[in-house]
Amino acid sequence: MDAKEVSAPVAGGSFLISETAPGEVFTPEDLNEEQRLVGQTVRDFVEREIVPNLDRLEEKDWTLTRDLLRKLGELGFLGINVPAAYGGAELDQVTSLVVAEELSLGGFSVSYGTHIGIGIGPIAYFGTEAQKRKYLPKMVKGELIGAYALTEPTAGSDAMGIRTRAVLSPDRTHYLLSGTKQFISNAAFADVFNVFAKVDGDKHTCFIVERATAGFTVGDEEHKMGIRSSSTASLFLENAKVPVENVLGEIGQGHKVAFNILNVGRFKLAAGCVGAATHVIREAIGYAKERQQFGKPLAEFGLIKHKLAEMAIRTYVAESMVFRTGGLVEGTLQGLHGDPAESMRALEEYAVECAINKVYGSEVLGFAVDENVQIYGGYGFMEEYPAARAYRDARINRLFEGTNEINRLLTTGMLLRRAQRGRLDLIPAAMAVAREITEPSLSEPVDGPLAEERRLVNMVKKAALFTAGVAVQKYLDQIEHEQEVLAGIADLVIEAFAMESGLLRALRALQRDGAERAAIKIAMIRTYINDAIPRIDATARTVLAAVEEGDTLRTELAGLRRFLRYTPINTVAIRRKIADQLIAHGRYAN
Amino acid sequence: MNIVVCVKQVPDTEAPIRIRPDGSGIDESGLNLVMNYYDEHATEAGLRLKEQFGGSVTLIGVGPERTKEALRTGLAMGADEAILVSDVALLGSDHLGTARVLAAAIKTLPHDLIICGKLSTDDNAAIVGPALAELLGLPQATAIAQLEVDTSGGTVVVHREVEGGVEVLEVPLPALLTVERSLNEPRYPSLPGIMKAKRKEIKTMSLADLGVEVPSVGATAAKSALTRLVPPPKRQAGRMIEEDAEKAVAEIVAFLKNEAKVL
Ligand SMILES: Cc1cc2nc3c(=O)[nH]c(=O)nc-3n(C[C@H](O)[C@H](O)[C@H](O)COP(=O)(O)OP(=O)(O)OC[C@H]3O[C@@H](n4cnc5c(N)ncnc54)[C@H](O)[C@@H]3O)c2cc1C
Repeated sequence: MDAKEVSAPVAGGSFLISETAPGEVFTPEDLNEEQRLVGQTVRDFVEREIVPNLDRLEEKDWTLTRDLLRKLGELGFLGINVPAAYGGAELDQVTSLVVAEELSLGGFSVSYGTHIGIGIGPIAYFGTEAQKRKYLPKMVKGELIGAYALTEPTAGSDAMGIRTRAVLSPDRTHYLLSGTKQFISNAAFADVFNVFAKVDGDKHTCFIVERATAGFTVGDEEHKMGIRSSSTASLFLENAKVPVENVLGEIGQGHKVAFNILNVGRFKLAAGCVGAATHVIREAIGYAKERQQFGKPLAEFGLIKHKLAEMAIRTYVAESMVFRTGGLVEGTLQGLHGDPAESMRALEEYAVECAINKVYGSEVLGFAVDENVQIYGGYGFMEEYPAARAYRDARINRLFEGTNEINRLLTTGMLLRRAQRGRLDLIPAAMAVAREITEPSLSEPVDGPLAEERRLVNMVKKAALFTAGVAVQKYLDQIEHEQEVLAGIADLVIEAFAMESGLLRALRALQRDGAERAAIKIAMIRTYINDAIPRIDATARTVLAAVEEGDTLRTELAGLRRFLRYTPINTVAIRRKIADQLIAHGRYAN
Repeated sequence: MNIVVCVKQVPDTEAPIRIRPDGSGIDESGLNLVMNYYDEHATEAGLRLKEQFGGSVTLIGVGPERTKEALRTGLAMGADEAILVSDVALLGSDHLGTARVLAAAIKTLPHDLIICGKLSTDDNAAIVGPALAELLGLPQATAIAQLEVDTSGGTVVVHREVEGGVEVLEVPLPALLTVERSLNEPRYPSLPGIMKAKRKEIKTMSLADLGVEVPSVGATAAKSALTRLVPPPKRQAGRMIEEDAEKAVAEIVAFLKNEAKVL
């Protein structure tokens, strides 16, 4: 994207403490002509090359998987963010979201995402000139396929606890790696593995390990619940001889490689979840229009309309968050895409948003695939119908790239750390809210379009800040031991980002396209916010009740009530309207 | 070989079409507009010939400003240049009017071969290609499913699928062809192609630029006018007959005679 298409940079996590104008956020409606053409091309590719081959892929036809990857390579889609010097397209991060969103059909998207994200990514971001020259051009063409091996049987979420060790050979030319890696995507057919091991027992380090390395073997394919068309297997390293020049990044800095790559992964995973949810919505609508019961199509029943509308509403919100984050990253990059290290730093700035999107996106998809099975009824339980596979395939998204528990802990943890380091003025903001709660009237916007929703978003942010402030004051640096509190705060923060992103997108559409064209977006976000308030209220109460008791608690709950007071709207009628529009379009649309 | 490909922008056939309440046309709001699929095949044919024999592929479209997006798709596939003829006076043109404008534009370009889609998926008329050949005084072959060039003789040999067989025609160049979808498999625009296309300028021309008289095109010149657009009638729900074979046959025959009145 050109510098002129992006907004000014803002600090990561600052959505919580400042107001954002609709003109400042990036929305899917802001995609430029090339980005839309990229999306259309990937959509066509999926339709023509992947959909007809789903069954063969599901039977683990790795030759076909590699052929498809090579075709994507020929078209340039494996090198989206790779510099032109190594055969890449050097494109912006929003374009990579577009591609991730469109290429989101089950296991193949995991093969693809693994290759470009955690296969190519670490080398592009951390490789030496020689490593980049050696591997990237072939990986970008799909001639070499990449994988990433961090997890071990005894180290999953605790990625720093890996036991694989690397010992320098007496002649100092090689490291000898020994250990077992587990659940490694692309293992069956990858050529290049980014393997993490500890040097001298404690220096977490990443190595580039080629498949042909002596002492390196790939185990049997796992039998999985879903994404069966992707490969997952263990790796066994027995004094695997890896040349010293294959150390990726610095010795002892492997955690940097691991964490930064996870940011990118979360950023894109959320987009993939949105894409998968839109597929599912389309199937659900199609089925609901076809299937007749009691003499009419399912789509005419209120309860089915409710499901369809809710699937679309949550997808709309997730999509708004994902592209808003893409815009934030681009705002920091200001049109520069030639240096992967820069992109990585930009993504790191929005690590909180990436974790939020990962959790939210994967849970929206989880909801959508579940309701899809429900709409299919008993047929949804039968493997001949697509609903069952979509249901199984979606489940992985809440597990990898950091489980959702880990990402919730990280969301709050990273926000507090940013505050501590003075990179985010969270503490003054929380204190201001604590003062405001005792004042006779709350400051709130009262006029303009969607005034009530804007007021509520402000209030939710205040509720989140207030609750977080109370908890931090109580536990100080011991708060990391209060996981339930941290996760509760994360949920408040996630809801605040979700509501606000959907609202800003609707306001932006309203400004640009007028009330009629923005009507569905407005209907969706009004419904969403209306339903989110009681959820938020309950979460905040749980946290406060865990932290305080007696009169203090009662005072705090009274304050919370002031923030979250609202009058319910008729969401039944609004959802019907949204559903009717979906049914008319035959797909997710807004 | 100088190849000109005509390109039209149409609603994505995947998207359900909504007709404006007054029946004056389709409701374009929120509609995904794409390059007519047949034109993708025409572009592909042009690109393959260029790869084989050298020369250039120029795309030409007639329509509002947004038509540039369809032209951009063709540029991203690899076409060299694109021209858009856009003019408010073109509003309400019939197919003949469009063909007149295309003819005027193509006359300004070197052309050995003009390739059009057999039809456009929005109105299925299949008129523009043949009319354009007439206006340019060129030989034509329509709905071709196979294409070979005989460079020595300066002709193209094409196959047309006709009832019960294949018709093989030899057409001298310059000529106009309209293509069937079975002719080829269009390539995907590549990522570098998309970025290169972004930097290419699409030349926009008005009727005045082409020296086309306004009364010869547009609504005034149209020999046909759209009276109204109506959606197809709603399909009636089917009726299941759950009897044993003998009774079922009897019931179906009765239905065909008495209700459907086809027997
Ligand atoms: C299909 C598939 C593909 C994969 N691909 C790859 C790959 O290519 N490369 C790779 O390196 N890895 C890969 N993984 C591994 C994946 O990243 C891990 O499975 C994931 O990080 C979780 O680790 P674990 O399975 O050991 O679960 P555990 O860490 O044992 O977690 C079990 C449960 O405990 C929770 N938990 C763990 N720690 C905490 C804590 N501190 N506080 C609260 N709750 C906690 C978790 O959230 C989870 O609910 C893949 C996994 C799968 C299933």
